[in-house]
Amino acid sequence: MPPPQGLRRIADGVFELPATLRPGMRVPVRIFASEPLLQAMDDAVFQQAANVATLDGIVGASMVMPDAHWGYGFPIGGVAAMDPRSGVISPGGIGFDINCGMRLVLTDLTLAEVEPRLHELVDALYRRVPAGVGSQGFLKLSEEEFTQVIEQGARWCVARGYGTGEDLARTEEGGCFAGADASAVSARAIERGHRQIGTLGSGNHYLEIQVARPEHIADAALARRLGLTRRNQVMVMFHCGSRGFGHQVATDYLQVFLHAMKAKYHLDIIDRELACAPFDSPEGQRYFAAMKCAANMSFANRQVILHRIREVFSHVFGRSAEDLGLRMVYDVAHNTAKLETHVVEGARRELLVHRKGATRAFGPGMAGLPAEYRETGQPVIIGGSMETGSYLLVGVATGGTTFFSTAHGSGRTMSRTKAKKQFHGRELQRAMEARGIYVRTASYAGLAEEAGAAYKDIDAVAEATELAGLSRRVARLTPIGNVKG
Amino acid sequence: MPWEYIEDGVTSDVTFRASGRDLAELFTAAAEATASAMVEDAATSVAAVRTVPVTARAPGLDLLLLRFLEEQIFEKDAHGLILRAGDVGVEGNDDEGWRLRATLVGEPIDPARHALAGDVKAVTLYGLRVERDGAVWRAEVTLDV
Repeated sequence: MPPPQGLRRIADGVFELPATLRPGMRVPVRIFASEPLLQAMDDAVFQQAANVATLDGIVGASMVMPDAHWGYGFPIGGVAAMDPRSGVISPGGIGFDINCGMRLVLTDLTLAEVEPRLHELVDALYRRVPAGVGSQGFLKLSEEEFTQVIEQGARWCVARGYGTGEDLARTEEGGCFAGADASAVSARAIERGHRQIGTLGSGNHYLEIQVARPEHIADAALARRLGLTRRNQVMVMFHCGSRGFGHQVATDYLQVFLHAMKAKYHLDIIDRELACAPFDSPEGQRYFAAMKCAANMSFANRQVILHRIREVFSHVFGRSAEDLGLRMVYDVAHNTAKLETHVVEGARRELLVHRKGATRAFGPGMAGLPAEYRETGQPVIIGGSMETGSYLLVGVATGGTTFFSTAHGSGRTMSRTKAKKQFHGRELQRAMEARGIYVRTASYAGLAEEAGAAYKDIDAVAEATELAGLSRRVARLTPIGNVKG
Repeated sequence: MPWEYIEDGVTSDVTFRASGRDLAELFTAAAEATASAMVEDAATSVAAVRTVPVTARAPGLDLLLLRFLEEQIFEKDAHGLILRAGDVGVEGNDDEGWRLRATLVGEPIDPARHALAGDVKAVTLYGLRVERDGAVWRAEVTLDV
């Protein structure tokens, strides 16, 4: 479906729908995409982004990333910054899977060294990192211990031997959102999630063994600075979130907001999926504190999974994880709201930045980056489909146009139901193996839903982020092994 | 079949339509669709060995259905159970609100016996509706997967 009338190109890779498009819009919609990606976007993306533009306190523009697709309330691939005094916070702008994110891990191994052990490696990862519906993690935590995890995040894990100080330094926010308050979380959320630390989940969540092939290195100097120093170097990328705990936090507060926004705050919203509350209100602040707990659960989840990955590699290769060079590149969240300081019309302002299916991409020199990335910019991890590949990029100085945000993945083009009818899980598994990608899955139906053809072209998405000045490509990483939920 | 998944729903989620001659049948069909989004062919592969009582209240039938299905999803994560609808009773009206008294029945998820499907995260408000169409009650629900 063609983009709506009134859309105009305002710069390379940037398009705008004016605030006059629809009554109630406070800011324009700004779409960051190449022409072909723009033409292929769902009509719902434009409608949803225009709805977001009507929210109280939105600053600058309602923004759409190149991988955007139809989501819940906000498009997935949406960015909206709110004034913290006059604006709202909306769970729909964060997503049910709070702090769903990506973690990328280096090894010193090459494809030639891993290939003979690939099946053994993937099989062991499949056994040791539980995936799929109803799976539970190996950490048996009491509800009391779980409340410590959600306030301390990955730091809790490292303090107990599940990782290193360097892991924390290379995780967004040091692996812990400050200000998380377990008293803002329902007993139901804790009951739902406290057994799930160390689990992948399902849907588009995965754990992948990838190779950085020399022909796919886009910027050799940056690649070296980020630790990609060998030909055909093997890496591990995984994608997961806050599991049932985060889903329940979002579910709980949507109900709270649905009631409070009408009865107490008289907020008139265009779509009830945008349920929200003033950020500067008791309900808004409690949700923010609970959301941080869910974000911390997710950091802890990815930290514990990394511990398992280190154990598996160490066992399979008979060498320590340190000796194998298993160290993090970075861990990035792509479903959050955060208070950050940005420059708006020449003045520094504190803003509440909602990123839903969008990755923070801080440029060189920005506060909050570990010393080793101050000159390169923040590593950005964009996960592609399991068949095609993923990208390592960095944030750039020109990223201020999106409050330093970029894409998060390929973005679906086909519904799950349609993909399941079109593809067959077991056939897909065989076809992928024939192409050198060994897959273990908890669900063949789920595998079919994740077929590469159900997604946008990851190369086009990564290129579009560079065209629009949001991030810079470092390397394309191709899969050789995959664990799917 | 009193429920079906639709292909042109939200791209990253699962949308279904359900129907029934009364609200109990409608809620039962919606729970069947939700269970089958988590375990394939739930109607035939899930044994009724555990029973979980559910009570809920809501101002509208759409939100009452949402709360019923949320219980199924909660039990999947909290206790590892795959559940279908047991006895379902719905009463009330739009002026005074709606009440649900029901049971969910099923068993622990066992990957050796159950063909796992998606790990449903939540019931969304997207396009959520419950309405009467002549002698038939119909619902549309989108699950975040």
